[in-house]
Amino acid sequence: MVHGEAWTLKELFVYPNEYIYWTIQIVMYPFMTGLVAGAFVLSSLYHVFGIKQLKDIARFSLVFSFALLPVAMIPLQLHLQHPERGIEVMLTPHFTSAIAAFGIAFSTYGMIVASELWFVYRKHFVETAQALGAKRDKTIPERGQQLLFSLLTLGAWDISEQALARDEKAVKVMATAGIPVACLLHGYAGFIFGSVKANALWTTPLMPFIFICSAVVSGIALCVLCYIATMEIRKLMVAWKRKSDPSLPTPEEIRTVEMFEVTMTAKYLVLALLAALGLELLDLLFRDYAKFSSWEIVRSLIYGKDFVNVFVIQYGIGNLVPLALFLLPRLTVRRAVVATLLVLMGVFMMRWNLVIGGQAFSASFSGYMHYELPIIPHDIETFKEGLLGALLVGVLPFIFFWGLNKIFPVFKCEDTH
Amino acid sequence: MNRRDFLKNSITVIAGLAVPLSALELISPRKLLATKGDESPVRWAFLVDTQACVGCGFCVKACKTENEIPHETNITRTWVERYVVTRKGKTYVDSPRGARDGFTTDRIDQGEEGFREVKAEEIEKAFFVPKLCNQCDNPACVQVCPVGATYQTPDGVVLVDRKHCIGCAYCIMACPYGVRSFNPAYKTAEKCTFCYHRISQGMKTACVDACPFGARKIGNLRDPDDPVTKTIMSGRVGVLKEQYGTKPQVYYLALSREVK
Repeated sequence: MVHGEAWTLKELFVYPNEYIYWTIQIVMYPFMTGLVAGAFVLSSLYHVFGIKQLKDIARFSLVFSFALLPVAMIPLQLHLQHPERGIEVMLTPHFTSAIAAFGIAFSTYGMIVASELWFVYRKHFVETAQALGAKRDKTIPERGQQLLFSLLTLGAWDISEQALARDEKAVKVMATAGIPVACLLHGYAGFIFGSVKANALWTTPLMPFIFICSAVVSGIALCVLCYIATMEIRKLMVAWKRKSDPSLPTPEEIRTVEMFEVTMTAKYLVLALLAALGLELLDLLFRDYAKFSSWEIVRSLIYGKDFVNVFVIQYGIGNLVPLALFLLPRLTVRRAVVATLLVLMGVFMMRWNLVIGGQAFSASFSGYMHYELPIIPHDIETFKEGLLGALLVGVLPFIFFWGLNKIFPVFKCEDTH
Repeated sequence: MNRRDFLKNSITVIAGLAVPLSALELISPRKLLATKGDESPVRWAFLVDTQACVGCGFCVKACKTENEIPHETNITRTWVERYVVTRKGKTYVDSPRGARDGFTTDRIDQGEEGFREVKAEEIEKAFFVPKLCNQCDNPACVQVCPVGATYQTPDGVVLVDRKHCIGCAYCIMACPYGVRSFNPAYKTAEKCTFCYHRISQGMKTACVDACPFGARKIGNLRDPDDPVTKTIMSGRVGVLKEQYGTKPQVYYLALSREVK
């Protein structure tokens, strides 16, 4: 069986070599990079534009963006037929290809996020290392921790006020530089699709901008959702622990979801959502009006075969419903949770309709292909490019975040009591 | 000279040098070769006579054997399409298994939709069109390969380096003609090479040799006496999907407008 045959159904006339070659992992790739870029932009709102109300969520989204970063690369790696050669893209890039710039965009962005994180958390590293150093009778894990935090300081132990002021300045510089790089990283993912002239659905110069706007939407949505979820989980855990140790603070005393942070971020989310929706509808309108030779088949797909996916799930439930939920007065936490979940689903469906939809018709414009998502894998390929592979990619950032949170504590309990 | 002056002067010299140096371009070997005026004496091109093709599929079978593409796999470097145009102007196209076994039934293969019967009296015209890589002058597949594993030889043929291909499928996406696929054994991009291992040794491609009707011909565009070149230059030939700007080098005699 050749690659792609296991999940492709052909209808009418399709060239013999045509299959759905870019599958769910390529849906996950722009979805994950979008979350990375969006989360970073959200954290920059606080650092660059000084929107003080976003302090909590900014720190959270910066760490989350870092946790998402390695995961943005995994779908690409999983989809390669020769994953062991994936590194060649960075080692021997062929610069006429849009993909070749991936290494540069990705590593530049990675370095910016890492250095910004370092400046934000340097004080924490120094204090933790010093506190552990002063402690007597250390256990082995504590010794390890001390070593780790000492190494993380990179030898910069000065936490005087001037030094910290300089750190803050550096954070601002990094956050400022990070915004265009984050947009580049994701806009460029849009360019990878938008520049494929052979694909009638993908080819549009608007694609990078559509990608950036939807990235900001999804990034903010995920950060808000996780922010609410972690705050609520913390509250539950404190209540549970308090049963055995009444000296702990009550759930009412610890910090909970700050509603103004949610409403504030929701505003930015709505703006980005409107921009993304506007661009997408402009693209659709232009195609409908210009009626290129490919329009007939694209039209039959968008308005016919994929109508439910495009207009009901993506635009309707994924965009318009959450828009209404956010815009209605007196936003509550529960409503915000529902709206962010719907937004995330909407952005995912946008990627799906683009990647899978773009391959759903033959380059001969005379036939269709259907992607049957492999649910129960029967070999490594149907695992990688099926539901389980996608779920793996979806779960990994949360595992990374949990690990990173041990080094970069997002919520400092000592602040509150 | 103290250290400060030394550094100052060095910076001035470097800055001064940078201006004239920036006027120079990095020299690419290809450009250098072009200035010498000796462009390759060979440019391979293909000529397909759609009126001569009967859809026997011998070319497809020969290609699979020659290039070690397993016969049972559903990919092929070359294939033959059948076009059936009805009196009402409807066009039906099929290419069952790339026409590896020819066209053994009158019914049109419509994939998941099953087979379609078109009555003989409804048919206005019907014909066969062989397809293969167009070895474009401006190949989109070469442009998009992120590692340069697919490249164009000086005589115009696009090849794939199986030791270097990472299997990202970007080239497959970029080809408007659908000629690329994945080789099931090597798991690398697979395409027609005009049987480069044969033509570079003075032989014809496997499909040209296998065609009993002379519907397929290969020639050198740089040789004005080559009969293929003569037909391409003086005959009325068409190419596929010119609108993509890829400058395809497979020319078709009697190309009908229905051909996709």
